[in-house]
Amino acid sequence: MSTLTTSFGDSAIMMRRNLKHTLRNLVTVFQAVLFPLVMMLMFVYVFGGAFKVQGKYIDYAVPGLLVMAITYGLGPTAAAVNGDMTKGIINRFKAMDVPHGAVLAGHVVSTTLRSLIADAAIIGVGFAMGFRPHASPLQWLAAIGIMLLLAFATSWLTVAMGLGAKTVESAGMATVPLIMLPFLSSAFVPADTMGPGIRQFAQYQPFTPIIETLRGLLTGHPQTGTALTALAWCVGLTIAGYLWAVATFRKRA
Amino acid sequence: MKSSAIAVSGLRKTHGNKLVLDGIGFEVPAGSVFSMLGPNGAGKTTTVNVLTTLTKADAGTVRIAGHDVATATRQVRKVIGVTGQFAAVDELLTGRENLRLMADLKRVRSGDRLVTRLLERFDLVESADKMAATYSGGMRRKLDLAMTLVGDPQIIFLDEPTTGLDPRSRRTMWQIVRELVAEGTTIFLTTQYLEEADQLADRIAVLDQGHLVAQGTPEELKRQVPGSHVRLRFADLFELDQAARVLTGATRDDQELTLRVPGDGGPRSLRALLDLLDEHLINAEEFSVHTPDLDDVFFALTGQTTTEAIAR
Repeated sequence: MSTLTTSFGDSAIMMRRNLKHTLRNLVTVFQAVLFPLVMMLMFVYVFGGAFKVQGKYIDYAVPGLLVMAITYGLGPTAAAVNGDMTKGIINRFKAMDVPHGAVLAGHVVSTTLRSLIADAAIIGVGFAMGFRPHASPLQWLAAIGIMLLLAFATSWLTVAMGLGAKTVESAGMATVPLIMLPFLSSAFVPADTMGPGIRQFAQYQPFTPIIETLRGLLTGHPQTGTALTALAWCVGLTIAGYLWAVATFRKRA
Repeated sequence: MKSSAIAVSGLRKTHGNKLVLDGIGFEVPAGSVFSMLGPNGAGKTTTVNVLTTLTKADAGTVRIAGHDVATATRQVRKVIGVTGQFAAVDELLTGRENLRLMADLKRVRSGDRLVTRLLERFDLVESADKMAATYSGGMRRKLDLAMTLVGDPQIIFLDEPTTGLDPRSRRTMWQIVRELVAEGTTIFLTTQYLEEADQLADRIAVLDQGHLVAQGTPEELKRQVPGSHVRLRFADLFELDQAARVLTGATRDDQELTLRVPGDGGPRSLRALLDLLDEHLINAEEFSVHTPDLDDVFFALTGQTTTEAIAR
């Protein structure tokens, strides 16, 4: 067996392990899938009436909620990665010659899958609540692609944070900034309604172009410039997260 | 020539500016049990980590089954199994799933059969489908060791396999180690207990603050340690005087009103001792038997007790 197929097989075994963890841990399921749905109900039925946006509020909010749902599931991953490092199981894998890439990739892929399931739930419940997108099949595909890329990028960042944290608890906390970022973007209200300072931050932070791209695709009016910015952010964050994760792993294990 | 399963020479390792291993060396013949004995902080776990490719040494060579750990890491990892000091089991998986994970990673064909066999061997069948998080300390260690055995490693490293276990689980662990040796596996184990090393090991090395202060068979080692003794306490100096006159060769302590009588501590010699006291109508207030423990070994070999060694 070549090294590449071995690594691939090991990654698949690790991914299965992490998926089992997710299913066994109800808190993870709640945090990653149910909590974003609760947020959606709150934003659409409680706050939404007070916000002034073009068109129906749910059509405006769903793209932001999709991004938020991705970030909400990251905390458990950071904690799980940290647990692997601090509870000795990583030494077992290392002594068994399981490539470290496989251990990390297992977390990244299972987290990405979990994020996409959370997004599917948002879209499904969104439809039931009156969400009516106007995307063509190709635009849907592009939107799913953006979600996948963002989930992949934030998963690598989260794995790096989990590796860097000293304890399981602080690892979970480390992802809070990622959870906060959608609130400081155009996810729930347009950036130009925000106060000075915050407005500029919201305009230039990575999540705004990503949310705007999703919004454009789902309403059927995508903008190439924003889409390219979003794409660049996703790829950039993935590379940064990957390099950070690998460097931290080498230092620790 | 049959090569050693483990050959270590001039092994040095520092953590920061603290010297953890100061040029230790030893050899372990294939199919034997080698025990590294030492208190907390002596460098036992560091030794295991270097030998199992988890940590790189600063100097010295380590060969496992003939492969250099530094240059042939992959070959080394193929022949070893490691059970670390803290049970490295996946708590969110069941016992069966933990074993299955190992079988999958080792690409064991007919993994199911192997898993069932290991569950039976380690008496874990009843809890096989419960999450490892619900296991007791002893069950975790058993599962951990069972996981280590997947893939039939030639050389197994056990880092303090019985620390924190109750006496019954400890005996089970010992039994498993003996079975493994009978199958031809080489075992390297670290322990804080002289009794454990004595029970299991063909050869013992005593590690103290990064130095090997003694190596040999259990018998050779125990010869260097003051033997067991009986301690007698008396009501007053008069009784002590009388006893000291009868029991020549005993060491007396006037302050404590005690006599320290060397002996093997066996029932026969104890009866003889008590008969002798009776014969001379001497009454002892207190009577206790002391067998040599790690503290005695350390005192004998390093001139200091383990507690001092830790404090320094």
